[in-house]
This record gives sequence, structure tokens and C-alpha cells, in this order.
Amino acid sequence: MSPAPQPLPLLTQMPPQEPVSSCAAPEAYGDPQAQPFVLGEEATPAGPVPRVGGELSRADRRGSLRVRLGFGRHDYKVVPGLYALNHPGPNSPVLVSANYKLSFDHLRQAARDLDAWLLVLDTKGINVWCAAGKGTMGTAELAARVGSSGLERVVEHRRLIVPQLAAPGVAAHTVKKLCGFSVTFGPVRAGDLPAFLAAGLRADPAMRRVSFPLAARALLVPVELTQALRTYLWLLPLLLLLAGLGGLVGGSGFWAGLAGPGLRAVGAMLLALVAGAVASPVLLPWLPGRAFSLKGLWPGLAGAALLWALWPVSFDAELAAWCLAVPALSSFLAMNFTGASTYTSLSGVKKEMRRAVPLQIAATALGLGLWIYALLAG
Amino acid sequence: MPGLQYLKNVASLSANPELCVGCGLCVEVCPQGVLELRDKRVVVARRDACMECGACMTNCPAQALWVEAGVGCAQAVINSALGRKGNGCCCVAEPRAAQQGLQTNLEAAPPRKSSGCC
Ligand code: SF4
Ligand code: SF4
Repeated sequence: MSPAPQPLPLLTQMPPQEPVSSCAAPEAYGDPQAQPFVLGEEATPAGPVPRVGGELSRADRRGSLRVRLGFGRHDYKVVPGLYALNHPGPNSPVLVSANYKLSFDHLRQAARDLDAWLLVLDTKGINVWCAAGKGTMGTAELAARVGSSGLERVVEHRRLIVPQLAAPGVAAHTVKKLCGFSVTFGPVRAGDLPAFLAAGLRADPAMRRVSFPLAARALLVPVELTQALRTYLWLLPLLLLLAGLGGLVGGSGFWAGLAGPGLRAVGAMLLALVAGAVASPVLLPWLPGRAFSLKGLWPGLAGAALLWALWPVSFDAELAAWCLAVPALSSFLAMNFTGASTYTSLSGVKKEMRRAVPLQIAATALGLGLWIYALLAG
Repeated sequence: MPGLQYLKNVASLSANPELCVGCGLCVEVCPQGVLELRDKRVVVARRDACMECGACMTNCPAQALWVEAGVGCAQAVINSALGRKGNGCCCVAEPRAAQQGLQTNLEAAPPRKSSGCC
């Protein structure tokens, strides 16, 4: 059953110049020439344009590694504007990019054998897909950037090649109306650009589809892990402290509590983290169920089984607590991977959350209650 | 490898073939292969694959498509439920129809709520 068609927004109207969002102050960018990856200048009728190459330097690679590990992802930017890749001329293609440096580096590396213009939009340092969803990689910014870069004096043609994943934000027909350039959506993956250009701006269907292969999921794991650690690390000292206090109250003493249930708690939490933020993303296609919260349950249950197998005594309230909490936490962490995945929808996420979050909270709360009971019972 | 498919019967996508002019741009921009042209009219061929990105709606010159566009991100849903900002996630949790409403009528449109990193 589908909802009735709703009145459609008039996309043909002139959008506001800035995406209407007041949460970020206008960005002040420095001199594009001063960026370490700029090799020189390319003279154009619209003035000199910074020139870059397609080889990534050691500093570029270090930067990529750093953001892939989840550090400083929100401050990895390129100064927006026009760049020359190698030695383009008035008939060279114009490739549009976000100003997230990882996207920019990815593009110039993929197109390293081409002479092209790179038009870098101000997406506040956010990648193409997210920026298109937010509207910063959008119609208004693209048209404005075409104007401010003097592109119509630099090239003789009137064509922009925009990554397909920017299409949620870029309305091709409106761009044409606003600045006279027509938009051709390039392939989803920058790596397909040379083939796309060689084929006369034709993408075969495979170039138009997003996929989510193992390598892509594995690349996201470090970010997931750092993110989860950053958000939940404070829980570990808290659990240790609680275990110590429980030892005091229960009679075994602070240090015995800390070394016993405390360390076991840390171990169980790390197990939940690995199950939810590492095993679930990596094993995604093989885990039963469609909902991510369900997929995350299985590694969590495996973690609980492992805990049971390693447990010093046969079964007690403390173990029962973790058998509840570990799968629940794993399910929750796996659900958070919807954001990094390439095929989830907002309606779907909301639906699965309505069902899963109450259960996750109930299981965790019950587990916590059992754990505290076990501590006090000594 | 088993295919990855998200929940069934949730996508808010709807198409109005009456308005369609058959330009095919929606088919081109859809990253999930949801739409097809049959007899020069748009057809929703694989509804359950729709990720509600809104690319088709944004690029349809005839306004023949509608979807409650947004990003399928649990963290963003949590962030916006908690009214939290400045978190590491860069998704917008609120349906984009509201944001695009802004482009139509600045006064009447509700303020756009975004969550996550901006
Ligand atoms: S919303 Fe996105 S995924 Fe859904 S049909 Fe449109 S372009 Fe395809
Ligand atoms: S973009 Fe609109 S007009 Fe063009 S084929 Fe799709 S539905 Fe029809």
C-alpha cells in the first residue's frame, strides 16, 4: 500500500542561496594555493587556478588513514572553488566534488590520468552522499559556485559532471535554469569515471547502483568502533567502580569486587562492542533477518554463549545479567550501523527502532538489575 | 553472496504516471534500480529496494514522483529525538519534504530540523 501522492514542492523555483540551516556559521576558508597538495597554478581566462595532480602524497595518505580510523573526520576540508587536475583546456570535462578532503582525494586519484577541471563545492567538509541529503551539496551551491569560479570563461562547453550520489540534492533541470550549465550524473564510484568519460558520458547500469561489498563494510568498522568507544567508554570505569562498591557492601571487599565482577563486566562490554560494531557489519549479508537490530542479535548471542563457556562457575545471576545485556547492546550497536550502510531507508529505520529499542532497553535494564543483585548477594 | 535487502513494505515512494513525461532521469539517478520506464511512463518496479534518498523526486522535471526523503540512520533518529546536535553522525533525520518545502515557501514552511554534525 502506498500513500496518496502529495502536493509536490515547486523545485523549479529559485532556491535560497544558502541552504537554510543556521547551525553552522559561514565557513572562512584560507588561500587555496597555500594547501600542501597544490602543485602550482594554471592560467585561465578567469585568472589563475590552483593545479593538483592525481598522486597522493604521504601526508594525503596519512590524513586518509586518520579519518578512516575515525579521528578528525569533521575537520578534513579542501578550500572550495575550481581546481585544475593536470593540464586541462577549454574543452576538458568539469568534475564536481564535495570539499571533504577524502572525497576530493578519491576523485583526483581516480581521474589521475585525465586532464579535467575539478569544481569543489562548499559542503562543510562532508562527503557527497551526506551533503546531498543535507542539501549543502545542492542545486543552489552548485549554481553559485559555477558563477563565483568564472567557469563560463574557463571552459567552452556547458556541461558539469556531478557524482550520481549528489542527485538527492542537485536538481539537474534547475541547475540548468540557474547557471546555464547542464548536469550529467556520473557514476556512483569515482573509480568508474575514466570508463564513463571514455564511453562518451555513458554509465552502464552497474555503475549506477550502490553496492555494499565486504571491503566497504570493513573500511567502516574502525569508524564504528571509535565512535562507539567514544560514546560508551565512560561506562567501563563506572561498572568497575560499581563492582568495587558492590564488593564492599557484599563483604568481599572493594578490590575483590573490582577484580572479579568488575573485570568480567569490562570483558563482557568489550565482547558486546566487538559483536555489534565489528562482527555485525562484516557479517551483514549472512546474518538472518532484514532489520539491523535483528542482525546484530546473532553475534551478540554468540558472544553470550562464549561468555557462558568461559564462565568460572556453572551459571549464576551475574552470567544471566550479561546473557541479557550483551545481545541487547550488540543489537543496538548494529542498529546504529544503518547510518553507514548504503541501502536503509528512514521509514524502515524508524519502523525497526519502534520495535527494537524498547526490547533493547528492557533487556539491558533487566540485565543491569540482575547484575546489581548479583553484586549485592556477593 | 546473499543480497542485502532492507525492510519490506515501508518505502514512502509514490509515482504518478499521469504526470510523467518519460525523460528517464529518475531511472538514471536512482542508486537502487527501483524505477523503470514502460511505454515511456515511470513504473515503480522494485519498491522494497527504495532507500528514500529523494534523488528521483529532486530530479523529476514533471513532479511525478514523491517520497518522504531522509537518511536511514538510527543515530540521527536518536539524535533528533533527544534534540542533540554536534554529534559525530552527519545525517538529517527529518524527512526532506519539509526542507524542500522551504524552497517553495519560506514563510510558511516549518523550520528544518537537522541532527548530527551540523
Ligand atoms: S528515493 Fe532514491 S532509492 Fe527511492 S526510488 Fe527515488 S532515487 Fe530510487
Ligand atoms: S523523472 Fe519524472 S518525468 Fe522523467 S521519467 Fe521519471 S517520473 Fe517521468
